[in-house]
Amino acid sequence: MSTDSASRGEPILQASSLVKTFGRVVGLDGASLELYPGEVLAVIGDNGAGKSTLIKCLTGAEVPDEGEIRLEGRRVHFKRPQDARAHGIETVYQTLAVAPALDVAANLFLGRELRKPGPLGTVLRAVDKKRMRRQAREELSNLGIKTLQDVTVPVENLSGGQRQAVAVARAAAFGSKVVVLDEPTAALGVRESRQVLEMIAGLRDRGVPVILISHDMPQVFEVADRIHVQRLGRRAATISPRTHSMTDAVAIMTGAAQGSAS
Amino acid sequence: MSQQTNAPASEHDLAEEFLDRSTPLSAIRNLLHRYPAVSPAIVLIAAVAVFGGLNDRFLEPSNLSLVSQQVAVVGTLALAQTLIILTAGIDLSVGAVMVLSSMVIAQATVQNGLPAPVGIGLGLAVGLGAGAFNGFLVTRLKLPPFIVTLGSLNIFLALTLLYSGGATVRGGDMPGLLTLTGETFTIGGVNFTVGVVMMLVLYIALAMILQGTAWGRHVYAAGDDPEAARLAGISVQRVLASIYLTAGAILAVAAWIQIGRSNAASPNIGIDLNLDSITAVVIGGTSLFGGRGTVWGTLLGALIVGVFRNGLSLAGVDVLWQTFAVGVLIIVAVSVDQWIRKGRK
Repeated sequence: MSTDSASRGEPILQASSLVKTFGRVVGLDGASLELYPGEVLAVIGDNGAGKSTLIKCLTGAEVPDEGEIRLEGRRVHFKRPQDARAHGIETVYQTLAVAPALDVAANLFLGRELRKPGPLGTVLRAVDKKRMRRQAREELSNLGIKTLQDVTVPVENLSGGQRQAVAVARAAAFGSKVVVLDEPTAALGVRESRQVLEMIAGLRDRGVPVILISHDMPQVFEVADRIHVQRLGRRAATISPRTHSMTDAVAIMTGAAQGSAS
Repeated sequence: MSQQTNAPASEHDLAEEFLDRSTPLSAIRNLLHRYPAVSPAIVLIAAVAVFGGLNDRFLEPSNLSLVSQQVAVVGTLALAQTLIILTAGIDLSVGAVMVLSSMVIAQATVQNGLPAPVGIGLGLAVGLGAGAFNGFLVTRLKLPPFIVTLGSLNIFLALTLLYSGGATVRGGDMPGLLTLTGETFTIGGVNFTVGVVMMLVLYIALAMILQGTAWGRHVYAAGDDPEAARLAGISVQRVLASIYLTAGAILAVAAWIQIGRSNAASPNIGIDLNLDSITAVVIGGTSLFGGRGTVWGTLLGALIVGVFRNGLSLAGVDVLWQTFAVGVLIIVAVSVDQWIRKGRK
C-alpha cells in the first residue's frame, strides 16, 4: 500500500487512531482510515466491527473520544453533521434520508435553502423557489442523473432508487469534497442498485472521492479502487480488488487471515 | 387530471402526470394526498349547502357573522395547534395558556392599573413563557408532547385560578384596547369583528412563512421524518423549540381575541377549547403523524365545526347531537387520513 499511497499523493481525508466507546462497549479501538483524491474506497466489515461508528465520526454524527481527523491535511473537529457538511463532507444514508413531503428541489437544498435577493430574502427570509428549482435541474443533469425528470415532484411519489438518486445528488452537488455512502443500496432492488453504482462511478469520474460502506461483496469488488477491512474496532487491512479475491476479503473480515496491514 | 384540482397552484400540473393513475380511487387518493385541504373544502361546501337548504336563516348575513365570531377564538387556537401537530406533537394546554394569558392581560390593566399595551405585552410574555416551558420539556428532557402538555394544562389551570382568585374581569372595566378585538365593522352587510380579521391575518402570515421560508420547510421535514431532517443538517430540536414559542405567541393573540369576543376575561371560559382546536386541525386534513397538512385546512376545519354547530342548532337539533356529529366528523377525518397514507407508504 505504501507504493500506492506515494503515487496518490496526500490523502484528502485521514483518520488516525480513533477511539470511541459507548459505556462499556468499544465501538472504535484505534481505527485509522485514509481516503485519496479521485478514488472509491470501500469499507467492509462484519456487524459490530465499527464500520458505522467510524463513518459517523468522519461525518460528524459521533464525536470520537480520541484520535484525530484531517481533511486536506488540516485537523478538523466535527461536533455535528452540519460541521462535516460545512467542510464539504456529504453523506448518503441507507435509510433514504429524504423529507418525503417536500419536492425534489426542496430536498436537494434542504438545510441550505437559497434566499430571495434583496430585503425579501434578508429580512423576510423568503426562499427562492425558482432559483432552487433551476439549480436543481442543472445539478441533476451535471451528475448525469436521468431518472429524475421533474424536480417539483414530492419525493414520496418516487421509487426507492429515485429517492436514493435524490440523496446522492444532494450529497454530490454543490462542490462537495468527499461523498460518503452508507449502505446506499441496502433498501433497493437489483435494478435500482445498479443505478446507484453507476452514479458512484460517475462521481469518481468527476474527481469526487467516495467512501462506500457496503455488505455486498460483488458490488464492492466491482466499484471500489481500494477496500478498507474493518475488524474489532480497527482496520485489519486495506486491500486492492486487483490483488485480492472476495474470499481473501472475507477471511480478513472474520479474522481467518491476516491482511497485509498498512 | 389537473382539472380535478381546485388548488390554486398550477405549477404542479406536470407533476400530476407523473403520478400513477391506475384506478379512479387511487387518483382521488393521490389528489387528497397532494392537497390535504381538498376534502375539508368539499365537506364545508356540502355542509353550507345542506344547512342553507334546511333553514333560510343560516345564510343570512347576521348568522354568518355569528359563525365567524364563534370561529375566531377556536380558529386561532387551532392555528397554534396546527404548528405543533405538523411536528407530530399535540398540545393539550392551548386553552389553558390562552385563559392564563387573558387573565394576566385583564388583571394587569384593570387591577394593577398598567397601560393597556403593557398588559397585552405581559399576556404575550405569558404565552411565550408557556411555549418555552412546553418546548423545553419536549426538546431537552425528550418527554412526549402529550404528557408534557397534559401536565402543563393542569399547571396553567391552577396558576390561572390562583392568580385570578376565580374572579371574572368585566369588559366594561377594561381600557378600549383590550376589547378592541370585539369591535365590529360591516362589509357587504356582514359584521366582522377585529378579532376575526386578526385571526385571518395570522393565518395568511403563517401560510406564507410555512410555504416560503426555510424554517417552514424544516418544520415539515422535521415532522415527517425527524431523523432524515437531522441527517440533512437541520437542527430538529431547535425547530421544535421555535414551534412551541411561536404557538405560545399565537395563543396570546387568541387570549386578546377571546377577551373581545366574550367582553370579559374569565378563568372559566375556553379551557375546554383545547379539544376543539385538535378537532379543527384533524378535520382540516393535517395528519396527527406529522409533516402533512396546511393552515388553510385547519381554517376550513374550524369553519366546519362552527358551521355544524350553528347549522344544527338552527335546525333545532339538540346540542348533544351536535357534539355527536362533531365526534363522527373526527373519526371520519382520521380514517380518511389513514387511507390516504396507506396508499403511499
